[in-house]
Amino acid sequence: MARSTFVYVTYIRTTPERLWSALTEDAGFMKQYWFGVHCESTWKPGSAWRMLYPDGRVIDSGAILEAEPPRRLVIRWKNHMNPEFEAEGDSLCTMELEPIEKAVKLTITHSMEREASKLIGATGFFWPQILCNLKSLVETGSVVLAEPFAIN
Amino acid sequence: MSNHPEDTDRLFKALADPSRRKLLDQLHAHDGQTLGQLCEHLDMSRQGVTQHLDVLEAANLVASVRSGREKLHFLNPVPLQEIYERWIAKFEKPRLKALAQLKRQLEKSNG
Repeated sequence: MARSTFVYVTYIRTTPERLWSALTEDAGFMKQYWFGVHCESTWKPGSAWRMLYPDGRVIDSGAILEAEPPRRLVIRWKNHMNPEFEAEGDSLCTMELEPIEKAVKLTITHSMEREASKLIGATGFFWPQILCNLKSLVETGSVVLAEPFAIN
Repeated sequence: MSNHPEDTDRLFKALADPSRRKLLDQLHAHDGQTLGQLCEHLDMSRQGVTQHLDVLEAANLVASVRSGREKLHFLNPVPLQEIYERWIAKFEKPRLKALAQLKRQLEKSNG
């Protein structure tokens, strides 16, 4: 079956444990690098997962399909803020953390079982911004971008 | 990025070669290609393409993912975003501010 996949890789000078927590249960930390957004989940396989704006609106929802802290996390991910993205259905987001020397290689693979997915196309806009902010915050203590910049 | 000049050096060295830029253009057009697919469109030996891909991967501009017996290559936009944030985003801010101000003024004159 045709599939849309984007892959994002960044090397962050930290430990897998710290990075895992920054990507999952540390909502306060996440809000700093994700423009106020945070996730809700127990982060166990099978548990529900939601991503929320500060005002409580649900941006994305789904479930944790796999969780092997601090190595691998797979999320079933459906967007609700954009009708076109929502109509595309579930996407799959895999996060892999691999220690390399003094850093952690973070690989995010976001895919959907359809050709030319608009949601996957849009991830090219937000994942690089989020990952750069995450890297800066973990390594230097401050983010680069306080707010996302517009697509156009 | 600014804390680790060696990363920046690798990135710009990787970008400083026309064949490597061509490879990136190919992945931009069709992401997730095998070595064989990439070689089809390039006037280069398989070994040459492999070496260029290694340099691009070391600079983190290309990410490779195993899919069964195949190794697929993806354009990784994260380092380019770092360049953008380091040198360009600060110029963007005044522009966004100007647009917001224009919107406020236009809306005020409508009301």
